[in-house]
Amino acid sequence: MKEQPIDRFAAELEASRRSAVYEGTKATHEKRTRHLAARFAEADVLRRTAGEIKQHVVEHLDRYLPEVEVKLRQHGVGVHWCSTADSACATVLRILQARGVRRLVKAKTMLGEEIGLAGYLERHGIESVETDLGEFIVQVDRDHPSHIVRPIIHKSRREVATTLERIGLGTYDDDPSTITQRIRSHLRGKYLAADAALTGANFISVESGRVVIVTNEGNSRFCLAAARLHLVLVGIEKLVPRDRDLALLLNLLARSATAQPLTVYTEFVAGPRASGQADGPDEMEVVFVDNGRTEMLASDCRDILRCIRCGACLNVCPVYRQATGHAYRSVYPGPVGAVLSPLLAGSRFPEWADLPKASSLCGACNEVCPVDIPIPDLLLRLRARGKQEGGPQARIGTLPMGLWSWIAARPELWRAALRAGAALDLLPLRLAPVPALRAWSKDRDLPAWRGGAFRRWFRHRSRL
Amino acid sequence: MSEERDEIFARVRRALAPLPVRTALPDWDPARIAPGFAAADSCTLFVERFREVGGVPLSSRQGLMAWLAGKGWACGYCDPGLWPELRGHFPPQMEVSTSLRRARIDDYAFAITVASGAIAETGTVILTDRDTPVRLAALAPWAHVAVIPRSRIHRSIACALGAMPDDPNIVWVTGPSKTADIEGILIEGVHGPGIQAAWVADDR
Ligand code: SF4
Repeated sequence: MKEQPIDRFAAELEASRRSAVYEGTKATHEKRTRHLAARFAEADVLRRTAGEIKQHVVEHLDRYLPEVEVKLRQHGVGVHWCSTADSACATVLRILQARGVRRLVKAKTMLGEEIGLAGYLERHGIESVETDLGEFIVQVDRDHPSHIVRPIIHKSRREVATTLERIGLGTYDDDPSTITQRIRSHLRGKYLAADAALTGANFISVESGRVVIVTNEGNSRFCLAAARLHLVLVGIEKLVPRDRDLALLLNLLARSATAQPLTVYTEFVAGPRASGQADGPDEMEVVFVDNGRTEMLASDCRDILRCIRCGACLNVCPVYRQATGHAYRSVYPGPVGAVLSPLLAGSRFPEWADLPKASSLCGACNEVCPVDIPIPDLLLRLRARGKQEGGPQARIGTLPMGLWSWIAARPELWRAALRAGAALDLLPLRLAPVPALRAWSKDRDLPAWRGGAFRRWFRHRSRL
Repeated sequence: MSEERDEIFARVRRALAPLPVRTALPDWDPARIAPGFAAADSCTLFVERFREVGGVPLSSRQGLMAWLAGKGWACGYCDPGLWPELRGHFPPQMEVSTSLRRARIDDYAFAITVASGAIAETGTVILTDRDTPVRLAALAPWAHVAVIPRSRIHRSIACALGAMPDDPNIVWVTGPSKTADIEGILIEGVHGPGIQAAWVADDR
């Protein structure tokens, strides 16, 4: 049987990388569990409620999207709509070029990764600097994030120290505080020199039109202190109906992502700074991106649109822990990625059709998910779709069942096969010409053939 | 309005039309998510939780000044609104200014600003553009001291969300800026302050 690509990746992984990811995810997961249990008697009820809120949003986007657009405009915010990754990149570029922006600072946006924005802007002569510490390292290393919340979970401090030395930020020193201090002072110059800031959005409240951005490092806050233009890049599913719903979602997000009661910087932005204020952007533009989300909405996997990108399902997943993020060959790794990546691929679905099979369906991802997404169910639906249209990637690692299903669908043949099965008892497996079968039967015996027993019983049962 | 906008909206409508029923918006009780702290008053609870998230609580003007003196910092920023009350109390050699010059941004070791409130449940300081107009002050120096009016400490996140001021920029700060990106080791002071201090003061 051919190996799945993810198994191949895992088999070739350096041991140090695997243990870095394993230890890192395990520690976060355990801390999260302690935290939730300590403060909440009914964490499960909260998860389910949060899930309902987000499912409600997803199923009412037809109403909420026009509403939030009106709210944002009332705050003096420009609103743009983009169907595809290409159109989103082009729109961002157009906005930046129209204002003569040469230097951009970015605070972590997965959507930016998804649409390949940084490379695109670079090719058009706009410097775009990642300001999240992990993302910054990923960018200068021309690497890819391997975790939604901790982009460089796969790297050791020695690798990070080597990177800093290479880009001229001091001589080699692998002390994490020294590394952090060096990046702090390097990026400070970038913030102050930038013409514009681009951030993602964790939530947008339809009720108030407030854009909510959370970071622990304070990088998004710094972006918005110095730059003159604030661009928000956001998926169309990121809405919440009311401000009060944020009490639940912010709480669950911080606890699920990093086991904190609240993320350090939680920012609510409702438009550009007021006139007469010293700091802050004087213009704000929000770019809503579809890029396959409406297709997801039309599919039986729409529940994945609830996701708040907390990373808890990665931390708990036995496959992610062993295989690490890069094994998923896409921006979103782990269980959430196994659902999102094939769906986001659109017509190239078959290329990622193996990912839904990179799961033992143990259900841990669903248990930790702060918005209660039934990930195992979605994976099964995608496996079924993979069978229909997945091509070779979807079949790897699955026994060919064609002959079986052909026989099973024909009663006469099925009965004959059941009778013929008795011959198995007489076959000397130890002499079989297949080495794998010989090895298997060395220490094992097949149970005696019982094919047809149920049918016999059914035919002769006494009817009451 | 753009063509793409109409296309997206049409796709959304088409995707949702076949749903036989749609999930209703649940009504949930905010008291559920902040159980178990009915006893303490908001100020006491805030101080306790602020300490838990790595904050430094200061209880009086004297306490603030003694703490600053102990740090031995040479230069800092003070919000102009607080200046009349605090001037003359700073340690003698300390240079304190009431305007923040970007060219000298790395010289300021600390900044004292006026907060708009706090959240007891999470030990969070609330800053707004109206009360803290110099965003960089609360962010760039190594230490940030927020002066919090005692009457504006909200019990919980839910209470704070129910009383959001009408301000284009509200930021909740819960402890020092931090990261665990490198091998999961916690480091404070990444882009923002490495020290968050707060003085809960009587309303003036
Ligand atoms: S699927 Fe759930 S657990 Fe996974 S990242 Fe999204 S919200 Fe978090």
